[in-house]
Amino acid sequence: MSRTRRLLAVCLVLATILAACGGGGTGAPGATTAGKQLPGVTIGSFNFTESVILGEVYGLALEDAGFKYTHRSKLGNREIVFPALEKGEIEIVPEYLATSLAFVTKASAKIGDPATAYRQYQEALRPKSITALDFANAIDTNAFVVTKATADKHKLRKMSDLAAVAGQLTLGAPPECPQRPFCLQGLKDTYGITFKEFKPLDAGGPLTVAAVQAGQVDVGLLFSTDGRIAANGFVLLEDDKKLQAADNVVPVVRNDLLNRAEADLRRVLNGVSAKLTTEALTDLNRQVDIDKKDAKDVARDWLKKQGLIR
Amino acid sequence: MTPGEPLVRWDWIASHAGEIATRIGEHLILTGIAVAVGLAIALPVGLAVARRERLYAGAVWASGVLYTIPSLALFALLIPFSGLSVLTAEIGLVSYTLLILVRNVVVGIRSVPEEVRDAARGMGYAPRQVLWGVELPIALPVIVAGLRVATVSTIGLVTVTALIGQGGLGAFILDGIQRFFSTPLILGAVLSVLLAVVIDSALAVVERALTPWREPERALARIGAT
Amino acid sequence: MEFLASVGAWLAAPARWSGGDGIPNRLIEHVQISALALAVAAAIALPIGLALGHAGRGGFFAVNVAAFGRALPSFAMIALALPVSFALGQGLGSFPTVLAMIPLGLPPIVTNTYVGIRQVDRDVVEAARGMGLGEARILSQVELPLAAPVILAGIRGAAVAIVATATLGALVAGGGLGRYIVDGLALQEYERLFAGALLVALLAIATELALGALERSVSPYRS
Repeated sequence: MSRTRRLLAVCLVLATILAACGGGGTGAPGATTAGKQLPGVTIGSFNFTESVILGEVYGLALEDAGFKYTHRSKLGNREIVFPALEKGEIEIVPEYLATSLAFVTKASAKIGDPATAYRQYQEALRPKSITALDFANAIDTNAFVVTKATADKHKLRKMSDLAAVAGQLTLGAPPECPQRPFCLQGLKDTYGITFKEFKPLDAGGPLTVAAVQAGQVDVGLLFSTDGRIAANGFVLLEDDKKLQAADNVVPVVRNDLLNRAEADLRRVLNGVSAKLTTEALTDLNRQVDIDKKDAKDVARDWLKKQGLIR
Repeated sequence: MTPGEPLVRWDWIASHAGEIATRIGEHLILTGIAVAVGLAIALPVGLAVARRERLYAGAVWASGVLYTIPSLALFALLIPFSGLSVLTAEIGLVSYTLLILVRNVVVGIRSVPEEVRDAARGMGYAPRQVLWGVELPIALPVIVAGLRVATVSTIGLVTVTALIGQGGLGAFILDGIQRFFSTPLILGAVLSVLLAVVIDSALAVVERALTPWREPERALARIGAT
Repeated sequence: MEFLASVGAWLAAPARWSGGDGIPNRLIEHVQISALALAVAAAIALPIGLALGHAGRGGFFAVNVAAFGRALPSFAMIALALPVSFALGQGLGSFPTVLAMIPLGLPPIVTNTYVGIRQVDRDVVEAARGMGLGEARILSQVELPLAAPVILAGIRGAAVAIVATATLGALVAGGGLGRYIVDGLALQEYERLFAGALLVALLAIATELALGALERSVSPYRS
């Protein structure tokens, strides 16, 4: 983590402590340490657990800084959420760098390292009056999993191992998979994988987990930070040719919201992103999906432990 | 679902009492708006169509077709126009209530015996007085029967709106499905059924209070309305 | 208007008419799921309705169960059917869909069967009893034929409801015409979504008309 970011984080913590001592009511709408009115924000999340958690993490952090937030959770996949962001129905979305870049630019070209991707992403968002803030180190990519039995039977450890046997296997993935460069398209181009059959299920959700477990699909698409991979003893096939790239968590904000409180928004959101790691995400997912805790509670606990909120 | 997971975790329900209350409130509001707006539209439309057989037949046919459109499809098709909003949900919900209410308004108005209307007119009632003083009161039981059906159907449909980003008890069901968590799933399903039963019973009391002698007629009306 | 044209184009494309995701296959899947659910529902509901109607008992229940059935949120039913389906080793797809559709079909059939039997002229029943016919005979040879149109109306209502709601099965990896709706929504391909909704509506109407004709054929002097 860069020194500037660490400094920012420390300042944020100090400011928060000062605010608490200042006697201002906690969470009084619109009241802040500086006494200015902060706008309400609407956060939108995708229809899977991690996105809901991220929505709450960013939202609670903003609330702690004096914003009021509304979290419209589980709206759908990117095909539904991104247009909603463009139309202004939602103002902030915790996005994933590489996949979102590919979606916005309709690109099928391989995307490189995070820094390059980030530059391209910012370029692509400019005409849409949306800004990408700092991206986190936390990465969540598509993960192709099989049961241990399947892995043993076909000797599967890496994605390249699939090329030979994929013609006998069924893939279960979200309905948009055929269109996605990190999904079916990429599998064919990078690995030469063509499955026997594709079953549209859900976005790394219960249908996919259940289908893999029950043997209704041989290979399932989950997300790399999903706690259920370990819990079910699935084998995550290693992405040896690096098809999945740079899917760092990155909050994107509409410019019309950003212009109303730029300094505060950047400070709070970047402060959170600075502390977000892949391990943290995996743990948070596990707590919600497997321990059945509420996303909001889990988010709040994490923020408190990180010293990001009071 | 998840092995080792009890079917219902009562402590979860206890600790989420606030959210449960909020969701029930959201559910009731979505339902209330749909039925109120539906009735507000169905009354004038039903009155206009009651005398005109052709128009009525057309309306019944059109509504029959609309009713077969799966609700999820209707909501989804509205998204590009009205976004992921309450408006989208309500347009869909109101459409479905209209299908039921218009029919009941027409049947109700038509059930007014012509002699009663003539008598009222003979006594000097203006058309508006005939409507509000004679026709609607007589049609009321059938209209209330329709309200009962419409309300109960709407409560079930509101659960589907969770799939397009709205709240209500459907949010619990969706959460339960996503996390393999049977508690909110069962909670959402059971509560929406309970809600419907409670409101249906309340409206049944109202309906019966209005005309106790119409029981056999009501039974038949309910079959027709099925 | 151009949207309708693009829907037409989508429907007319040759790819639509072959293969697993083709219209004929999805149509067959949909009919299979609906027919199975209807058959099971009828197998359960008819005896109940007949027994209650003949005995004249349980009227309150029989008449009001239809209202209860309408209240069943189908989305919740499909969700609840999942754990049952997994416990039975059937997993996702058509099994939980059929399972969830059965409760949807029960109420209209129970109610209509009950009311249909009750509506039969009591004098006719008494006359049959007077002639020495046993209760079972009365039910099968007197009450049932006379109640048939009303009973069939109930089955018709159940069938249309099941056909229209079986689309939700696509939410749990099921097949049928609902696949176009759910995939269309996920992919934001509105031609697919609209076409799916249209096809379901047409199937439901066809079901309504077909069973309506059957109903009329059973009693030619009732309009």
